[in-house]
Amino acid sequence: MTAARPLLSARTLTRTWDGVHGCRDVSFDLYPGEVLCIVGESGSGKSTLLQALSWQTPPESGSVWYDTREHGFVDLAILDDAQRRLLARTDWGYVYQHARDGLRMHVSAGANVAERLMAVGGRHYGQLRSSASHWLQRMEIDPIRLDDAPSSFSGGMQQRLQIARNLVTHPRLVFMDEPTASLDVSVQARLLDLLRGLVSDLGLAAIVVTHDLAVARLLAHRTLVMRAGQVVEAGLTDQILDDPQHAYTQLLVSSILQH
Amino acid sequence: MTSPTAHRPTTANSPPAPVVRDPNYNFGYLDESTKRMLRRALLKAVAIPGYQVPFGGREMPLPYGWGTGGIQVTASILGPDDVLKVIDQGSDDTTNAVNIRRFFARVAGVATTTRTREATIIQSRHRIPESPLREGQIMVFQVPIPEPLRWLEPSEAETRTMHALAEYGGMHVKLYEDIAQHGRIATTYDYPVIVNGRYMMRPSPIPKFDNPKLDMSPALMLFGAGREKRVYAVPPYTRVESLDFDDHPFAVEQWDAACALCGARDSYLDEIILDDRGTRQHVCSDTEYCTERQLAAQGGKP
Repeated sequence: MTAARPLLSARTLTRTWDGVHGCRDVSFDLYPGEVLCIVGESGSGKSTLLQALSWQTPPESGSVWYDTREHGFVDLAILDDAQRRLLARTDWGYVYQHARDGLRMHVSAGANVAERLMAVGGRHYGQLRSSASHWLQRMEIDPIRLDDAPSSFSGGMQQRLQIARNLVTHPRLVFMDEPTASLDVSVQARLLDLLRGLVSDLGLAAIVVTHDLAVARLLAHRTLVMRAGQVVEAGLTDQILDDPQHAYTQLLVSSILQH
Repeated sequence: MTSPTAHRPTTANSPPAPVVRDPNYNFGYLDESTKRMLRRALLKAVAIPGYQVPFGGREMPLPYGWGTGGIQVTASILGPDDVLKVIDQGSDDTTNAVNIRRFFARVAGVATTTRTREATIIQSRHRIPESPLREGQIMVFQVPIPEPLRWLEPSEAETRTMHALAEYGGMHVKLYEDIAQHGRIATTYDYPVIVNGRYMMRPSPIPKFDNPKLDMSPALMLFGAGREKRVYAVPPYTRVESLDFDDHPFAVEQWDAACALCGARDSYLDEIILDDRGTRQHVCSDTEYCTERQLAAQGGKP
């Protein structure tokens, strides 16, 4: 999994909302094709960290470096808004917990998937439509639903549609904020299965925020454990789940029902 | 609308009530500093084609949605020698058109006309006249919603950023959706355009039939939105392109019928229902164009 150069690096990244709550002093490297899970209880700063990494809310101090296609490995702070926004809608994806936050609910599934292609200059209707159809199929949605509104889809289908919408520009990094949390257990399992396949087929790197250790176990190569805004333990997922060192991680792991 | 006489200009078929300049109002209704503020905004709008410039909108003596934006623009550019034409739905003799014309005759004492060729300022909401415009003429449009990206993005801060960065890809989502649902681009009016290769603009609710008339027009086009307090402009001889797809190019409306009154096949036609049995006929939406053609056909001088 290790490449010569990381895809994304965070260095002493801090973003607090009131000087206390948020994330503080986070550093890590993410390599191409690697899946990193951020776990921790509610309020531990997981989502804030994800927002700061993806520059939805600029960090207060510290830096985020990314291996861009055009400018090489750069500190995101030196890019201008236009460059960061272009990066966010081409080389990155962002999957929200609730699909309706990431989808346009009043336009068809096909338009939802094709939107990013149109945003980067796709102007051939026939080609846009066949790409959209291809991605629906890839996400196990019947292409016959191409012209249906997402509001007529089930929760699991909406979440898969949201992922298709992000992957259509072949991003190298996808941020996911609790992608399975609002789905029921069997749908969760199917989505995780699909995600695991996609990540390995496409060589995607992903940063996944979750409070569900099972998600980390299934998807992640490495895991960060957060508590009260700080990373308390980081390492290979199996290592962390099987041999937790920090007292809080031990508590988290022991709180899972054992079979 | 059923007889040719109903198509004549107001001045021809009803005794025109004499309208005299009311000296109690400042010239053009608005005070001088307001007109100057508006002219500054308009100059900026002309300098940046298609860019929406905010202005301090005033209360006008008619409700929002009836043309408060257009009236303020007209009031600020009007001079004593100007000749004003006002059209509503292509017609010179609808309530809105008649009253706006009377309003300016009263508060500015300017000459009014129904003839496109004679007018120096033409205020309109739904149409650009069929008769070609010439250099020196100014079209003033009444705009209900100036922001073309509003349906896509409710936040004003975000739409301004999108304009600043020319992030217009999302606008094609609407056209995509049209083709997916209707098999063709079904947007027929207020059809989005790119002005001078830079800013996305809403051409007010004119039919897309009139979009090509915006492109490289010799006349100056000014747009005023009263409720949202924005003005924007297309200067003379500026490129105006309608959005489309490579495999679904932009096309204007076409009719199988000709105008029942003047026989025109090249003008925008309204479909009129004549009786309870559904008999219908097509007539020109531009009443002045239609009347001139009828007079010319009768051998009379237009």
